[in-house]
This record gives sequence, C-alpha cells and structure tokens, in this order.
Amino acid sequence: MTVVAVLVATLLAVAGALTLTRIIRGPSILDRAVATDVLLAVVVAAIATEAAYSRDATALPVLVVLAVLGFVGSVSVARFAARRNVK
Amino acid sequence: MTLDAVLDVVAAGCLIAGALLSLAAGVALVRFPDLLSRMHAAAKPQVLGLLLVLLGCALRLRSGVDITTLVLVGAFQLATAPVAAHMVGRAAYPHDEIRRDLLLTDELAAHLDDVRARRADAPGEPDPASRPA
Repeated sequence: MTVVAVLVATLLAVAGALTLTRIIRGPSILDRAVATDVLLAVVVAAIATEAAYSRDATALPVLVVLAVLGFVGSVSVARFAARRNVK
Repeated sequence: MTLDAVLDVVAAGCLIAGALLSLAAGVALVRFPDLLSRMHAAAKPQVLGLLLVLLGCALRLRSGVDITTLVLVGAFQLATAPVAAHMVGRAAYPHDEIRRDLLLTDELAAHLDDVRARRADAPGEPDPASRPA
C-alpha cells in the first residue's frame, strides 16, 4: 500500500503542478476558474488517498466542504465575469 | 487470499486510476488550445477520477458512516459539475477566449446574430446575450 500511496501522491502532485501553471498563465479569469476547480478536485483526491492509506476517516468532512466550495467558487466567478462583460 | 486483501488490491487500482485521470485533466489544461476544450477536459476526468478515488477510499475504510460521507461527496460532485461547467461556458460564449474555428456546431450563433441585429436597432439597450446566465 505504501508503493501505491507514493505513486498516487506523485501523479497528483504532477497534476496539481500542471493545473497551477494554467492558473498562473490565464489568459482569462474563466480559464483560471476552471483550473481552480480542477486543482480543488486534485486536493480532494489527495485527502481521500491519505484517508484510504491510513484508514483514518478524520479528514472526510473536509471533503464535503471542499466539494461545496468548488461549486460556489466557479459559479460566482462565472456570474462575476458575465456581469463584467456587459460594460 | 482473504476478502480484505482482495478489497485492498481493488482499492489500490481505483486510487491509481483516479490519480491518472486527474493527471490527464492537468495535462489537458496545459495543452488544449481554448477555454471550451479545456473545460471539457477538466470536467470529465475530474468527476470520473474523483469518483474512482472516492470508491477506492470507501473500499479501504469499509464502515457505514464513512461510506455515507463519501457517497455524499460523489453525489454532490455529480450534481454540481455540469451546472458549473454550463455557467462558465455560457459566461465565456460571445467573447474572444473561444476559438470558433474549433467548434463543430454552434447552437447559439443564431441567437447571437439576433441580438446583434436588435442592438443595431436600439444601441442604448443593454445586451441580453451578456446578462448573467
């Protein structure tokens, strides 16, 4: 299981780094919103992997909060971008 | 091989497959040319990969309360990912971030032409195509 945990951690770290380059490079705020959503999914996957590796359910409520946060984040950024485009 | 060992192996497979899908989403975010194709790549592996990781986690934890929490997270992700993707796509639509030459079909084009024609008639009117979706 340790090998699996290291492998999954490496894959998720690379995915997070690639997502971060998209957040930094943009070019538009909606690109960043989409990339932030993916980064949040990567973080959720990492926390779930940690819980699976140590058989410890302490972090599971955090997953629920993060799932809600990702939705609220991208919807509010989308509304903000749509309103700004009217001007 | 006991049942526990089999479940652990299946869980490990699910975790690795989910991490690979997340990696695919990350690669696609960097490589794909415009917002809509990036959004397509981000929304699908993100949801399926996350569900696989949650399934692997549930197979490792194997207790009722934890599995309920994980099902809640997965159901919420399934319910909200299409809504978020739709809103981002609708907010992005009539603007420059989208490469129209990559679109196979554009169902909003007629609506956009309609709006443009109406704006030409009454330039003072706010643009209904750009209202918050």
